[in-house]
Amino acid sequence: MSAVIEEHHDDHHDHKPTGIGRWLFSTNHKDIGTMYLWFSFAMLFVGGTLALVIRAELFQPGLQFVEPELFNQMTTLHGLIMVFGVIMPAFVGLANWMVPLMIGAPDMALPRMNNWSFWLLPGAFGLLIASLVMSLMGMGSAPNFGWTFYAPLSTTYGPASTDFFIFSVHMMGISSIMGAINIIATIINMRAPGMTYMKMPIFVWTWFITAYLLIAVMPVLAGAVTMMLTDRNFGTSFFDAAGGGDPVLFQHVFWFFGHPEVYIMILPSFGIISQIVPTFSRKKIFGYSSMVYATSSIAFLSFIVWAHHMFTTGMPVQAELFFMYATMLIAVPTGVKVFNWVSTMWKGSMTFETPMLFAIAFIFLFTIGGFSGLMLSITPADFQYHDTYFVVAHFHYVLVTGALYGIFAAVYFWLPKWTGNMYDEGLGKLHFWVSTISVNVLFFPMHFVGLAGMPRRIPDYHMQFAEFNAIASVGAFVFGFSQLILLYNVIKTIRGKSTEKATDQVWEGAEGLEWTLPSPAPFHSFTTPPTVK
Amino acid sequence: MNAEPNKNNDDNKKVTRNLLFVVVVMFGFGFALVPLYDVFCDITGLNGKTGDQYVSAEPIQIDTSREIKVEFLANLNADMPWEFKPLTNIVKVHPGEAARIEYVARNKTDRDIVGQAVPSVTPGLAAAHFQKTECFCFTEQVLKAGEEKIMPVVFMIDPSVDEDVHEVTLSYTFFIKPGSEDAKAETVNNQSIALSTPLAQH
Repeated sequence: MSAVIEEHHDDHHDHKPTGIGRWLFSTNHKDIGTMYLWFSFAMLFVGGTLALVIRAELFQPGLQFVEPELFNQMTTLHGLIMVFGVIMPAFVGLANWMVPLMIGAPDMALPRMNNWSFWLLPGAFGLLIASLVMSLMGMGSAPNFGWTFYAPLSTTYGPASTDFFIFSVHMMGISSIMGAINIIATIINMRAPGMTYMKMPIFVWTWFITAYLLIAVMPVLAGAVTMMLTDRNFGTSFFDAAGGGDPVLFQHVFWFFGHPEVYIMILPSFGIISQIVPTFSRKKIFGYSSMVYATSSIAFLSFIVWAHHMFTTGMPVQAELFFMYATMLIAVPTGVKVFNWVSTMWKGSMTFETPMLFAIAFIFLFTIGGFSGLMLSITPADFQYHDTYFVVAHFHYVLVTGALYGIFAAVYFWLPKWTGNMYDEGLGKLHFWVSTISVNVLFFPMHFVGLAGMPRRIPDYHMQFAEFNAIASVGAFVFGFSQLILLYNVIKTIRGKSTEKATDQVWEGAEGLEWTLPSPAPFHSFTTPPTVK
Repeated sequence: MNAEPNKNNDDNKKVTRNLLFVVVVMFGFGFALVPLYDVFCDITGLNGKTGDQYVSAEPIQIDTSREIKVEFLANLNADMPWEFKPLTNIVKVHPGEAARIEYVARNKTDRDIVGQAVPSVTPGLAAAHFQKTECFCFTEQVLKAGEEKIMPVVFMIDPSVDEDVHEVTLSYTFFIKPGSEDAKAETVNNQSIALSTPLAQH
């Protein structure tokens, strides 16, 4: 370790290390959180560019811009980058920044591991994106089997770059596991005196549960890609029928990871919304303990519903019924949460700043995604919807207007605390309205073409789907470019030249330890723990 | 970090150790799913795997009130240079009634090759009731260079099979025995072997 760090350790004052060493060797939860968030933001534009290639190709029927082979690489890398490179790092970044501030801790419990878990990510995505760069240079295909990398597409028929992908997933997994261990250790050991579990902010609670989910399922994903690796290179036959294996087993192992994974990508957003809605309603959250229990129930149920992704693989009807009912059961705790948010707003003194707008849009649009999820949970109906654009519409409503909108809301909500400057409210509202209108233009028509039978992951389609696809593509380009408004607004706020200074409390109705600190939050905060009554 | 009390360091180590233990256990669990899946499929007959040679303990009553259509498929694994086909495509049987059909396989190469056929029955729930008293899949099959062989199967569908089952498909996939892979390269040179055999007629 460098002298910079040693100096930092012995220094009780609020001096920041300087130069690139500040970031490379950082053990500061705020700096690491910032790096996570910028990494995620950069990946949003990479993954978004791939999405726009897909939508450009689908603007008209027939083949326009990309060959089917490249199209498959686009859908695969778009999914992988958005899931593992955008949503998850953004949440870990928010946890790094906010969990210590919300529970009155001076830093994360394991700061050096924190550094390592961030710096694995550029390596992991460097490998993954390198496979695409090599593909564009004509050196063999990038991964082209969809983000779910089903065997045998990814084993017997996977391109050579699949091994890049496997090691990339290993590194992401190690990074996520270390991040999760860090968050759990922080929450268990570093709470300020008086901060009992049932006094923790909901965001901390949802991340606490998410971290346990990560620890339970990321190793299973690591196991799945390890089996792929040995199947491909070392002569094992986990997923190869020729050697006594079974490709359907892959789907079971993958979705045993994959279903909890989708809750990993939404629970922290639930937590963010549970911070924002009370603030701008100027009321305490309705049903705090039911929020905690609902989150725990969702986490538990997420482990026993994985086969609803596999209804068409030929399961016995009893198993299909079990997974159908268990899946529908998840609507109950999720409904509790939605009703609690609405009840929190009820008779509140509401104002509609940008974070609140994104939070309300989240509640409305995530619920639409939840309802299409309920439709998909009905086994006989799923035989019709399986692998159509209806599924694409469903998971983009829960991931874009759900998870991503939660992250947008969080960025606007806490940006003044991070930078000490208010963001430009006019630009924030512009970003909100352009995004929210275009995202619906983009994804809502996918419901219709999906119900009419348009398959997903296909670069061409029948003439009857042409109008809705053209509309969706227009929405996609508007939505994609509207994110530049957010980028501009964030940079403008950080520079702080033409924006007003933020107060310590920032928002009139804000409650919680993070708002007792000065804005911007000092480099070292809560070096003496606060007391929570 | 200086403000962090030493007690926390010990607590953090403990939490980290416990959580790392969970990580290792879950990594193992991923691999444990492989045998668990096999056991589960064995019990339920889910993935269409049929049982070993059937020996009936008592005479089976033939249920003439029902008739089941049985279809036969033949597949070759990508590495297997044989030709392989059923001589009968479809038979209709009553539950409890024994039936005999034949497959034919031919070794197209100029090498002796050992193969193993793996059966699979669809629908999976009928697999447990599909009983074979004689089958080329019970043992490894050796075909000499250019040799052709008729391979019979004698089977019976147990009358306990679900009443909803009206059609059953029996599919065999022939795999090359590991170690005979070098034969693959020879295939191309031997396309000219005359086809005056049952295989050619079907």
